[in-house]
Amino acid sequence: MVSETYRRPEPRQPSRRVWAWFRLRGRGASGWAFVLHRLTGVVLVFYLLLHFYVLSNLARGPQAYNAIISAMKSPWVTLLEVGLIAAVLFHGLNGLRLMLMGLQIGVEQQEAMFWGALVVSALFTVVAAALML
Amino acid sequence: MATVTFKIYRYKPGAIDPPRYDTFRVEVEDHTTVLDVLETLRLDDLTLTYRHSCHHGSCGTCGMLVNGREVLACVTNVLALKTDEVVVEPLRNAPLVSDLVVDMTPFFEKYEPVGMPYIRRSEYLPEARPPEAVGEYMRFESCLECGLCLSACPVVASDAHYLGPAALAAAARVVQEPRGHDLPAIFQMVDNDEGCWRCHAAMECSSVCPNGVDPGGMIMFLRKMLLTQRR
Repeated sequence: MVSETYRRPEPRQPSRRVWAWFRLRGRGASGWAFVLHRLTGVVLVFYLLLHFYVLSNLARGPQAYNAIISAMKSPWVTLLEVGLIAAVLFHGLNGLRLMLMGLQIGVEQQEAMFWGALVVSALFTVVAAALML
Repeated sequence: MATVTFKIYRYKPGAIDPPRYDTFRVEVEDHTTVLDVLETLRLDDLTLTYRHSCHHGSCGTCGMLVNGREVLACVTNVLALKTDEVVVEPLRNAPLVSDLVVDMTPFFEKYEPVGMPYIRRSEYLPEARPPEAVGEYMRFESCLECGLCLSACPVVASDAHYLGPAALAAAARVVQEPRGHDLPAIFQMVDNDEGCWRCHAAMECSSVCPNGVDPGGMIMFLRKMLLTQRR
């Protein structure tokens, strides 16, 4: 009688996905900062593409450019612009926080710096919204 | 005494596959830890697998996710979690062997290609006579080798080649106190795309580290050292 050798089953391999960056369950303030930095970064990239599209209408003549500018004056676009200001402010301030940390400045205060960036972004966004809306 | 619902991740290749969660109602006391609960549950279900050893947060083997956060189960008080439901899952970013047990091989493999120069050999007083096997032991300084930092790191979650917070913290520790180690070799190891520049400063590694190693802070230290050298 030949006995079968036990073979340990292969372990289940973890999937390596960028989506894993956005798992927020159980994460602390610095994990939220990481996710917000990426989300606001994506917002800025989309804005840049939209900006290029709007400017590209210059090449199609004054009529086309005036038409797209009129469309951009819609209150909905203004609302999006307020969101854009929030994204620019947070991404910029948090970027500053990351640069300081990279120089080993304020690493122990990094969570306080994140909250600071968040509060300052929110305050200036409210002011901008009051002026624009 | 309070009653808490435990949802425990179950997976066994070929037997419990796809994974599922088993739910238990458990009576806990003020001092009950998550590991205590697992051991109680195992008395009724010997197929429940998890890893543990010391019961006092020293060995680093019982790392797991409790309510989504990386902890050592042996020092995680159930009532301190302040939730009626406690979800227990295996660590992330590592191959899953069974239930709450992950394969730690990738964690240690990070050191093999580079000859492990940043892991110190055990040092003893000349007059000390440790047993032969113990004398050969090498460890990452201060690090429990629990793997919590690798589970919490979002970059490890998307890049299997990243050296990771534990290895980088070990490298930084040697840079801080070389004791004859080859520093240029260590800088060469960490100064690349999969070394300390790959970190995106999510700092979750430091947030979950049970032993205050502060891998995130150590990575920032390495960056500053490298930038200073380039000036």
